[in-house]
Amino acid sequence: MSDPSKASTSEIERELRRGPGPASAAANGTGAGRRGLADSEEATAASRRLTGRIAAEGLADVSYAAVDSPFGQLTLAATKRGLVRVAFPEESIEEVLERLALRISPRIVETPAPLDEMRRELDEYFDGRRKDFELPLDWTLVGPFGRRVLSVASEIPYGGVLSYAEVAADAGSPRGSRAAGNALGANPIPIVVPCHRVLRTGGALGGYGGGLDRKRFLLELEGAL
Amino acid sequence: MSAALPPFQRFLEAQREVVWRFLISSVGPTEAEDCFQETFIAALRAFPRLRAGSNLRAWVLTIAHNKALDAHRSRGRRALPVGEPAAVDGRSAPAAEEPDETLWEAVAELPERQRSAVVLRYVNDLPHREIAAAIGCSEDAARRSLHEGLTKLRKVVEI
Repeated sequence: MSDPSKASTSEIERELRRGPGPASAAANGTGAGRRGLADSEEATAASRRLTGRIAAEGLADVSYAAVDSPFGQLTLAATKRGLVRVAFPEESIEEVLERLALRISPRIVETPAPLDEMRRELDEYFDGRRKDFELPLDWTLVGPFGRRVLSVASEIPYGGVLSYAEVAADAGSPRGSRAAGNALGANPIPIVVPCHRVLRTGGALGGYGGGLDRKRFLLELEGAL
Repeated sequence: MSAALPPFQRFLEAQREVVWRFLISSVGPTEAEDCFQETFIAALRAFPRLRAGSNLRAWVLTIAHNKALDAHRSRGRRALPVGEPAAVDGRSAPAAEEPDETLWEAVAELPERQRSAVVLRYVNDLPHREIAAAIGCSEDAARRSLHEGLTKLRKVVEI
């Protein structure tokens, strides 16, 4: 290292690797290098401002957010057309998002603002203050048969129930109660599209994508049980 | 390994720090925020057209590099916030300041491609191949830009 210019270059390289000085007070006092945790914190804050702007300007194709409910944290996802997905807490958020990316668009951003109205209606429903959802729905994730079955289910009034056989018949497939059950089980917008109001003939609960305890909870909330 | 594009949110979470570090070092804290927003808004618009399996980091750094160029150009039309331009001849290097500030001001004064190459190499710790992809040149040209940038910085800092 007798060549002074070489030594200088390596000093410059070291200096460059440490990065420029802190950009904000958040960076001071972290003690972990010159910029400390500033990059990570500032980048996180900047990306939150970014997703707020994306929501405000309507640049995302899908917005999603977590919302609290008696079932734990639900994930709501909406397009510009309306609510497209309600996911239960135990569902894999990554799988939910990947499926939305594949079926709708990868322009998916986590941002609560576009879902505020939907969150409010859900809160009112769980408080027993709302019997009908007014929020618009996006049926993109549902095939034609599922759409017919779920349309029938969504006509069942609060407090009422139908059997799988009745739903199948109303959906135009009188012998398709098993297929109707599958379509109800695959409901991408549970709670809001009330597939929980469909029971076995004779009144047994049957199945539920979110688990039978939740189905019972919803039916008791609605006074149907 | 999935062939599909990730949801934009996951892409943003994975790349925001590398982009922020690049911009803080390249355009400074005042303009980093705007450049960051412009970079990811542009990325969001183009995102669905992106080929699955693309190098997402190099792709978003290309956009950030271009936004940094825009910022430097519009700053050039205004006044420079960091004193006299390009101390390549050494006469106008700020004296008796914190060594790092002198250096970082000199980084800000580097020609565009050299500045990006230097920042991507040392601040972002990117290999030459990715630097080349980000600034849109060959790997050899990236190495040259890096070398030329370092040479200029050495002249400024040694004074």
